[in-house]
Amino acid sequence: MRIRVAALAFLAAILTQPAFAGPSPTLQKVLKNGYLRCGVSEGLQGFSTPDAKGRWTGLDVDFCRALAAAIFGDAQKVRFTPASAKVRFTALQSGEYDVLSRNTTWTMSRDVQLGLEFAGTIYYDGQGFMVPKKLNIKSAKQLNGANICTNTGTTTELNLADYFRSNKLKYTVIAFEREPEVVAAYDSGRCDAITTDQSGLYAERLTLKNPADHVILPEIISKEPLGPAVNQSDPQWGDIVRWTLFALINAEELGVTSKNVDQMLKSPNPEIRRLLGVEGSFGQSMGLSNDWAVRAIKQVGNYGEIFERNVGQGSPLKIQRGLNALWKHGGLQYAPPVR
Amino acid sequence: MAMFPEARPVERFRPLEWLRENLFSSPLNGALTIVALVIIYWLVVPTVQWAIVNAVWTGGSREACLGEGAGACWPFITNRIGLILYGFYDDGERWRPILTFALLVAGILWLTLPRLPRKMLVAVLMVTIYPVVAYCLLTGGLGLGVVPTSRWGGLLLTMVVAVTGILLSLPLGILLALGRRSDLPVVRIASVIFIEFWRGVPLVTVLFMASYMLPLFAPQGVTVDKLLRALIAVALFNSAYMAEVVRGGLQAVAKGQQEAATALGLGYWQSNTLIILPQALRLAIPNIVSTFIGIFKDTTLVSIIGFFDLLGIIQSGTSDSHWASPSTAFTGYLFAAAVFWVFCFSMSRYSRHMERVLNAGERR
Repeated sequence: MRIRVAALAFLAAILTQPAFAGPSPTLQKVLKNGYLRCGVSEGLQGFSTPDAKGRWTGLDVDFCRALAAAIFGDAQKVRFTPASAKVRFTALQSGEYDVLSRNTTWTMSRDVQLGLEFAGTIYYDGQGFMVPKKLNIKSAKQLNGANICTNTGTTTELNLADYFRSNKLKYTVIAFEREPEVVAAYDSGRCDAITTDQSGLYAERLTLKNPADHVILPEIISKEPLGPAVNQSDPQWGDIVRWTLFALINAEELGVTSKNVDQMLKSPNPEIRRLLGVEGSFGQSMGLSNDWAVRAIKQVGNYGEIFERNVGQGSPLKIQRGLNALWKHGGLQYAPPVR
Repeated sequence: MAMFPEARPVERFRPLEWLRENLFSSPLNGALTIVALVIIYWLVVPTVQWAIVNAVWTGGSREACLGEGAGACWPFITNRIGLILYGFYDDGERWRPILTFALLVAGILWLTLPRLPRKMLVAVLMVTIYPVVAYCLLTGGLGLGVVPTSRWGGLLLTMVVAVTGILLSLPLGILLALGRRSDLPVVRIASVIFIEFWRGVPLVTVLFMASYMLPLFAPQGVTVDKLLRALIAVALFNSAYMAEVVRGGLQAVAKGQQEAATALGLGYWQSNTLIILPQALRLAIPNIVSTFIGIFKDTTLVSIIGFFDLLGIIQSGTSDSHWASPSTAFTGYLFAAAVFWVFCFSMSRYSRHMERVLNAGERR
């Protein structure tokens, strides 16, 4: 009799299992380790770079800090592993790190074929052009007949050809093997314009002799949405990463910053109350504590703060928000609501 | 090589005569000399101007290196010298790599300087006790705080990879070389397979397999430190090369030596350690040191598996937007090249010295 009861209880436990969906194995592993393992670029201006003290800084880096803060309440509980472009996906699959936050473009083939899951877009990048100010060019459409410098073997050359053909413009491409050569050629006046991803153009501009003499044109000719990626085998972990990113974006939209987050806890606005865990149990439903978003915002800042500090006006790069402005301000950053 | 050094009468050095004899002995030689001088002038003058005369020596950020006509940006190096030397090794613990390195230098100097006694004892200590001490100092334990290997970097990591690669590959290589010449078929075939396997795959592949593929195959819960896996890979890989270098030395030893040793009644190990190997290794010194230098330079490859060696950490620093300037990257590469050159050139000089000391009896 007792055995039958136990068997029934066991059966009931199995049957009800999917409704509760046990905690994420990756989260359990992260909690057991006591730190988050984060794969970042070996060095990319504004996105991930070790400073003179050996502290990692950058947009991609700060996202991992926010994630660590959401999980542990301590943004320092994260270990960064530099990953080259070649090994980044293999290393994620072999469990070298828990999240890949490495200026990785979200494409269909990567999402579908590589067993990854992209958690969202932290930075909308795209191929652009930089020209010397003295040419007085305001739009890429005025580049007819221009000599354009770029590096070989990437999709930039292809995008360039497509753009000029569809706009019926003539151009000459001057391609080099490596990035510094491209910059040196442009700086010495061998070409009228230089093209690569816009964030890269801002970084390259800083290495020119007179950065102020060059402008980056507004047109973007390719889509490069960069975002954090996780292993597809653990969807709940993907949720944690995704909603940490959304929480940072929602916080900016709702005016919650690292400075005012404590006062905001008393806000009557139901959206803010749910985001900050004053109402509901959204954090617990992911296996975190309910103040997960408070921890992340307080220690790392909201999306806007992270952006401005690393790549925006608070950094030497001075990248405009552009596509990365909130949807309310004409950009693309839009996070689903917490409810 | 100078001909008849003893026969030449002692004469005063006359510069003009020396020039005519050595640099302008024929119209062709004269033209070649002039071309070479022009090339040297053309390369050296701008480099010196850029790296020293016009260089910026002090400053706290990129602004210092942006001046009109500014050369190398040395503050970029001085500002992050701690990072370049120790990587992310915890600030308060940096005395540990310093002590480890000091012990290594002391040991090498003891073995190098001719006047110091008890060389055999020191040599044995360096290959037995020193690695244990170095391991404990660097990783922690025995009351020291643990520093995970993921925090190691810079010159420290370069030295760790190079020194373990060098220390392990030589004995392994000697054993493999003897194995390949062995009369026992199993030993010989195993050695040949080992050597040909490791020589047949690129080091990048080996490192990649060791760091990313092995964890996929390994049983659940078994984790071996990633740096340790890389170190083992580097040691095994280079021991195969070392084996062939040593085998070359073994083949150069006259067959009579082996026969004489056998005639004296020496066994396999005795004849090898007392007669054959001392001669073979002396003959192989130039190639052994070449392999050492190769190992030292190959350490830069660990950057593909997520470690920052000396070169990697400098490269990553060039992406710091607070230091971005037209000369930052070139300054970094120049510094890395200089450090590598100092180490490799020292090894090469030491090998020349060893050859001279060991060949003292054969000099004609």
